Amino acid sequence: MPFSLLKYGLNSDFPYEKHADLPSPSALKSHYDVVIIGGGGHGVATAYYLAKYHGITNVAVLEKGYLGGGNTARNTAVIRSNYLTPEGVKFYTESVKLFKELSNEFDFNIMYSQRGQLTLAHTDAAIRGFRQRVAINKHFGGQSELIDPQQIRELVPSLNMNPADMPVLAGLWHTDGATARHDAVAWGYAKGATSRGVELHQLTEVTDVVVQQGKVTAVQTNRGKISCGAVVQAVSGHSSILAAKAGFKLPITTYPLQAMVTLPVKPFLDPMVSSPSLHCYVQQTSRGELVFGGGSDPYPLYSTRSTMDLKEGLLANAVELFPAIAQMRLMRQWGGLTDMTSDYSPVMGLSPVENYYLDAGWGTWGFKATPICGKTMAQLVADNGKVPALIKPFSMERFYRFAQVNEMGATAASH
Amino acid sequence: MKMINCPLNGLRNSSEFVYGGEVKDMPDHRNCSDREWAEYIFFHDNAVAVVTEWWLHAPSSYWFIGERHTASDEFLRTYDPSERFNTRVEFAVPVVESEK
Repeated sequence: MPFSLLKYGLNSDFPYEKHADLPSPSALKSHYDVVIIGGGGHGVATAYYLAKYHGITNVAVLEKGYLGGGNTARNTAVIRSNYLTPEGVKFYTESVKLFKELSNEFDFNIMYSQRGQLTLAHTDAAIRGFRQRVAINKHFGGQSELIDPQQIRELVPSLNMNPADMPVLAGLWHTDGATARHDAVAWGYAKGATSRGVELHQLTEVTDVVVQQGKVTAVQTNRGKISCGAVVQAVSGHSSILAAKAGFKLPITTYPLQAMVTLPVKPFLDPMVSSPSLHCYVQQTSRGELVFGGGSDPYPLYSTRSTMDLKEGLLANAVELFPAIAQMRLMRQWGGLTDMTSDYSPVMGLSPVENYYLDAGWGTWGFKATPICGKTMAQLVADNGKVPALIKPFSMERFYRFAQVNEMGATAASH
Repeated sequence: MKMINCPLNGLRNSSEFVYGGEVKDMPDHRNCSDREWAEYIFFHDNAVAVVTEWWLHAPSSYWFIGERHTASDEFLRTYDPSERFNTRVEFAVPVVESEK
């Protein structure tokens, strides 16, 4: 045992709180320049970049539960940028670049692990789609290539090449594909934001949004009313409910998404493997557990309950992909809420209410966008509503102009 | 598995059903603005409440209406659409400039 560890354990101040990651809870002030609703990854990242790049520190992040306890804690922590549209690829490629540097930037290990993502094609149509994605990815600086069955066998020897009688014809090999510890991302951002003067208020629920003459002026919380210059809503899973409080509708429908994890085994699966045709993706975590995810539930619901039929369907396909795992035991399962848009792209930027900014519609693709979301939303707020070019295509207005950004074909498991 | 009470076929497994969206009043598509139409197509209440929705029993291709709570996932009532749509909908014919 290292001597320093022994000294730390025997220290009279133990448990050592002098360098706690987050400051102790404080009273709410009556006014903040910016109120961010939602203390998940996106919310604290926005606060972090507001403080770091724009010097705006009179900021409160309001979280009704605890830091990163919503969908930030419920996703399967996949980071990738192999999307289909130029708008999407540019945006997510920027996010991957930021993710790579986060541990250094925070001086806090987010356990970023770049292991690559392999998407399987079982049909000619899927191969055509992959070719298009490879070309667009390469053009915008991402790393994707089309690989053949022999290369797939070498990458993933445990994979069944004929799952459910749907032979694997080719793969989309995305070497930028990675995973990171989702809690660490939220904590890293929160630590960086609060050390620069941002206030994080947990157990603080926004019960109403006060709009006067089309402009947001205050929010009502369970701890009193706060007046504010601007509001950012970053409450994935509850976007429509909060937007209704501000007085408008969103192009969103909320579905549950279920995932599960097995007991840990020795490492055997290096890349993350997904099959859109089998509605399934599998990855092995650094602890050795296998994480399974699939499509969202078949109909909308505001509940994180689990269903046996979804598990049966998903696991049957996972066992088709990896027959050797059939005897493994599930350790845990959970559900999250996904705010799905009809084009599988987010809703970011301006809202019908002045100074009320949207970071919504994050469906099943929110975690991977955390850094770039925070950065662009902070820029949007700091520039008083001048929308950064990177997120212009994701405006809510696109639905009125019939200018959707269709990423439906680029999801890891079709929904 | 969850069971849903189909007005035509009785209690059936939920896997036989397809969700069809919120029941909304359709604007007059021949006269409404693009904005109104977009609102009708893409924007939803998506509320936590008892909501009225379209459902399809896929094996029998039968569409019906269900009233369901979106937090408890409990169906309060399902019924044939004729209960709600019992009169013919007439849309006004748009006035064409050249015919004035």
